[in-house]
Amino acid sequence: MAYFLVLFPLLMAVLTYVLPSERLRPWLLPAGALVQLVLVGSILNQAENATSVSGLGGWLLLDPLGKLVLGFLCLLFALCSLSVPGYLAQHKDRSNRVFCANLFLIQAMMTLVTLSYHLGLMWVAMEATTLASAPLIYFNQSARSLEATWKYLLIGSVGIALALLGSFFLAYAMLKAGRGSTLRFDQLIHEAPYLSSAWLQSAFILLFIGYGTKIGLAPMHTWKPDAYGEAPGVVGAILAGGVTSCAFLAILRVYQICNAGTDASFAREFMVFIGLFSMAIAAVFMAQQRDIKRLLAYSSVEHMGILILGIGIGGLAVYGSLLHLINNGLTKCALFLSAENIQKSYGSKLTGQVRGALRRVPISGALFLAGFLAITGSPPFGPFLSEFTIAKAAASDGQFWACGLFLLVLASVFVGMGATVLSVVQGDPPVETPATPYRERVGTCGPILLLMSFALLLGLFIPSPLESLLREAAASFEVKR
Amino acid sequence: MGQLLDPLLIIGLALNFVALGVSRIRGVINAVAAQGMLLGILALFVHPGVRLRGILLVGVMILIKGFVIPKMLIHAMREADVQHEVNPAISPITSLLLGAMGTGLALVYSYTLPLAEEHQHLLLVPASLATCWTGFLVLTTRKKAIMQVLGYLILENGVFLFGLLLLEAMPFLVEVGALLDLFTGVFIMAIIVHHISREFASTSTEHLSELRD
Repeated sequence: MAYFLVLFPLLMAVLTYVLPSERLRPWLLPAGALVQLVLVGSILNQAENATSVSGLGGWLLLDPLGKLVLGFLCLLFALCSLSVPGYLAQHKDRSNRVFCANLFLIQAMMTLVTLSYHLGLMWVAMEATTLASAPLIYFNQSARSLEATWKYLLIGSVGIALALLGSFFLAYAMLKAGRGSTLRFDQLIHEAPYLSSAWLQSAFILLFIGYGTKIGLAPMHTWKPDAYGEAPGVVGAILAGGVTSCAFLAILRVYQICNAGTDASFAREFMVFIGLFSMAIAAVFMAQQRDIKRLLAYSSVEHMGILILGIGIGGLAVYGSLLHLINNGLTKCALFLSAENIQKSYGSKLTGQVRGALRRVPISGALFLAGFLAITGSPPFGPFLSEFTIAKAAASDGQFWACGLFLLVLASVFVGMGATVLSVVQGDPPVETPATPYRERVGTCGPILLLMSFALLLGLFIPSPLESLLREAAASFEVKR
Repeated sequence: MGQLLDPLLIIGLALNFVALGVSRIRGVINAVAAQGMLLGILALFVHPGVRLRGILLVGVMILIKGFVIPKMLIHAMREADVQHEVNPAISPITSLLLGAMGTGLALVYSYTLPLAEEHQHLLLVPASLATCWTGFLVLTTRKKAIMQVLGYLILENGVFLFGLLLLEAMPFLVEVGALLDLFTGVFIMAIIVHHISREFASTSTEHLSELRD
């Protein structure tokens, strides 16, 4: 079954690539994504059999953490893929062959990351997501999108090269300790107490910086505003909600090893610092941001900071962080897709030219506003619950500085992001920016509504299977003292 | 063959300084190509009993790093009519000083890392870290797209140098890592050759500076 989960989207990618019809090709995406969702759903439903999803001599295995991320990614990809036919219908001037095939390729590689139970295999899958997503960022084929693709590839590849060096360090630590030549996660975790702490800590730092570049933590975030700003909305959504989640999973796996080894307090302190630093940098650049997609990119930097901060704080905050992974992914995707609709109707994404979105594109405008409220942690949406959990965990653990700074940055982001979002949705559309032929349709607004409904649902009620999966996944991070 | 290893590594380190100090791009391309080929030869010195698979990897690396990539870069330069000067953001002297500082720090840091007995007297670890640092320097202080690719290749050389310690024990990891990194390098270069030069009629990343806050 593990092989099939990866092979199915790969086969769909091939099928999409060879299909000659430009009109039918985009429809394969929601069809394939829904089949994959049903497949994964049925696996997750059979809770007791889920751990039996394995292969390649233990290199592929679906543990609770993998289950959580895989289930979430499949749902997210399926929801985003619903908007692809609507998006591509507005771009009939260019071939969608590479676009559709590479989206499936990204899904295959994201699935492989969640199933990888081997450091080397996971690295390969992460590198493959970078390569597969580069042509999607260049879809508009403008000088700006070329610049964004260039930065994404170059900075991403440097990060991935550092992650490889970190993997080598870890492998060498195993050899040096005479613990065999394996990089399977269960064995690394088991052997971690016997590894040299100098190698282990150096490996952690390199792997953290490497995969941290991929998720866009400050100061390795510089590619993110450019790539997300220039990529089509659906690509930005999948990058911000999906690919970053994969890199976050990679960091979690590495932290699990570090945590099982020597005293991991240095790793936790490092993560608290980087988490808060990312949030603060994002808050600075979000204030008075004129480009709505870049605004969302900085919001992504902020929320990646929150995820890492939660893991660094530990305890209940780990649960909060894992829940926030889902909440942020859903909300961020809704924001990117609604921003794309707004951009389409104005022919611009700059605040000077985009005003009165609630009048011109009422559904997308309202969903953009709701998405802003959700992502900034307003009740009753899901992100409120997860951010509150992290803050509460920090306070109850006596980490008052971290808690105070966390709340302070959240407040300043609310103000900074709010100013831009309100100026976009309120008022009258400017006469100098005439309406484009774009009209809101079910295909372009429906997926956003679904994404926001899920984000709202998770704020009101967490289904018990998800709750137990979250608890199970969080339990694997208990601090060894 | 072990006693020849350190002199070869020192040549590799010297090539780092060539890449930092020369003023013409062609010189940097040659230095990176020579370093790439040297790495392939080094693999045979570190593991004299390397099997057919390892020899194949070495062959592919020498071919790609020593011949294919330099040829592509020179083709890209000619295609886009790139000026031959490196034009760094900092002076060559500062580059060299920073390079020397990084190499010194790499030496000091590598002494804090416990090594297996057979690796204790080798320069592999400091050479690897120093080469990574040189790659970083080139990446961050050179403006031309071609120079940034060269920086990435130097960084990748540094990572591979460390991988040599593991070539026998974990061939899969090293081989896949090296080959995928190489593929990425070629992929990025294809962008320069086919798109950046076409779009801007130049491969200076100064043109790639429209996106900013």
